[in-house]
Amino acid sequence: MKIHEYQAKEILRKYGVPTPRGVPCFSVDEAVQAARELGGPVWVVKAQIHAGGRGKGGGVKLARSVEEVKELASKILGMRLVTHQTGPEGQKVRRLLIEEGADIKKEYYLGMVVDRQTQRVCLMASPEGGVDIEEVAAKHPEKIHKVFIDPATGLKDAEADGVARKLGLVETSVPEARALLQELYRAFWETDASLAEINPLIVTGAGRVVALDAKMNFDDSALFRHPEIVAMRDLDEEDPAEVEASKYDLSYIQLEGDIGCLVNGAGLAMATMDIIKFYGGRPANFLDVGGGATTEKVTEAFKIMLRNPSLKAILVNIFGGIMKCDVIATALVAAARVVSLRVPLVVRLEGTNVELGKRILGESGLPIISAANMADAAQKVVAAAKAKS
Amino acid sequence: MSILINRNTKVITQGITGKTGQFHTRMSRDYANGRNCFVAGVNPKKAGEDFEGIPIFASVKEAKAKTGATVSVIYVPPPGAAGAIWEAVEAGLDLVICITEGIPVRDMIELRDRMRCQAARTLLIGPNCPGLITPDEIKIGIMPGHIHRKGRIGVVSRSGTLTYEAVWQLSELGYGQSSAVGIGGDPVNGLKHIDVMKLFNDDPGTEAVVMIGEIGGADEETAAHWVKENMRKPVVGFIAGVTAPPGKRMGHAGAIISGGKGTAQEKLAVMEACGIKVTRNPAEMGKLVKSVL
Repeated sequence: MKIHEYQAKEILRKYGVPTPRGVPCFSVDEAVQAARELGGPVWVVKAQIHAGGRGKGGGVKLARSVEEVKELASKILGMRLVTHQTGPEGQKVRRLLIEEGADIKKEYYLGMVVDRQTQRVCLMASPEGGVDIEEVAAKHPEKIHKVFIDPATGLKDAEADGVARKLGLVETSVPEARALLQELYRAFWETDASLAEINPLIVTGAGRVVALDAKMNFDDSALFRHPEIVAMRDLDEEDPAEVEASKYDLSYIQLEGDIGCLVNGAGLAMATMDIIKFYGGRPANFLDVGGGATTEKVTEAFKIMLRNPSLKAILVNIFGGIMKCDVIATALVAAARVVSLRVPLVVRLEGTNVELGKRILGESGLPIISAANMADAAQKVVAAAKAKS
Repeated sequence: MSILINRNTKVITQGITGKTGQFHTRMSRDYANGRNCFVAGVNPKKAGEDFEGIPIFASVKEAKAKTGATVSVIYVPPPGAAGAIWEAVEAGLDLVICITEGIPVRDMIELRDRMRCQAARTLLIGPNCPGLITPDEIKIGIMPGHIHRKGRIGVVSRSGTLTYEAVWQLSELGYGQSSAVGIGGDPVNGLKHIDVMKLFNDDPGTEAVVMIGEIGGADEETAAHWVKENMRKPVVGFIAGVTAPPGKRMGHAGAIISGGKGTAQEKLAVMEACGIKVTRNPAEMGKLVKSVL
């Protein structure tokens, strides 16, 4: 799960990480009020969307008067902010963060992720702050310093100091940097974060170490023990189809093609998308119905796929193991009747009770195109989609 | 022959009293020699009772002492699952298979660290996996037993149904399996492709291996490099997710391309460079095996 910058800063502040003073705002009036409360002479007006690259897209601006805060807030609130992470249609800005200006002497990068190889949290730090870290990783990997943190001890003093010195911080700033790094790790660990990024971390003219930006993502599997983080979820930032799907425990991701897929199991669902492409088609979505595909779940899955205006055909690929093919077939027939399919439906069933399942589909009277295996199914659905266009 | 488990393996079920645990214990018990293999269940609140004749003990330690079991399978819900794995590790079992999906990553980091610190001898498969099977001998997990055939092909995969698809293709072509192992779709887990590959390499009953991977992480690459230097048997492979967009979690917690890393294309290229024959068509995993034998 993702949250906004101002929410990530709230969390980090609780753990002691120094951040600029700031106020989240939902309207221009609130922004003006916030600017007055914070006091001048300089403010930063920051668009709050989940995607990165907000600065480059024009969503982060400096204001030198309350008037200017008002002007910028009216301009940014409601705009469709386009960044390299939003796609060409952009993301509508509904929230702002008004912050006091900072005296930036130098910018750095800090990041934390779970490293799968070492099975530890990895702290990454680079003296190249405020820029795209993936670019730094590609061009100057030697500028990224890593520490793999021992979960039993946490980030040790010596490790934190070592990172601060490798970043080139002056000795007088090292103790503050150590504290910040350790607080960041505690925040990451205790909230079950999956990603934390401070880009940039700054040292001010007075030698203070401050988190100027903050980004945090969280492990979905751990949300059950963090109601305070679940409360930060902003559904406006998520794909409505994916939100709808998650209500029915369906794992759905919209793609750019025109062939819908409904599959049981994540690996098989990806492989189904792949085989559609292999035979010259374009998958419209990833959709895993999971282990218990009931009539209700299949019906909702069809409805969600059919909302996609680009959809030209649907491929159902089910490997019935524990879930028997006749049960799936009955659910498919019931669902297809409810949603009035406007596109061709190709079905490939395999596994337990497959003959019975196929008979149920055949006797339904529905115009279902039956397929013998994955290759046959993919070829048939690609042909059906092409015939439609 | 087989790897890790055979007809004489004695298994404890942790979470035997839950709906999922009961269903799959029944299915596993009814498969091949399962009736002699599934000897115990664990639930501290129901110790002394039984599940359809399988005795329930208060702890893994007690179940092991009373039955001689060396393996456990876990269906415990996510909040308690890492604790259940640790209980099995502390009891000194040889192998723990954790089926549970949705265990917090932090719990797994702590657990894996403790296993390393104590140099635990217990092997872990999963979590978030279908389990493993040695056809016609024993099935531990949630895979449909009847699609498998006894034979000489090893299968290792991060996925559930995609593994069934591969096994089904093999069985259709007349190629049975020595063992089929689902290592699971989570980012922090137990045995990885490379570990299972080593076991298949040492198993005289395995003639060739099908390695199925997916986007995310670099485990397939690590295994491929090992195969190039050490493997004495042909290996074929498929990677799911050529069409997966970056930054999106594709169902499995671990199936995500992040920072441009972990793409299917990258994995396929490394596997090919290491002498593993790959296909980009998931309908041809079985045929690929045929081509190398």
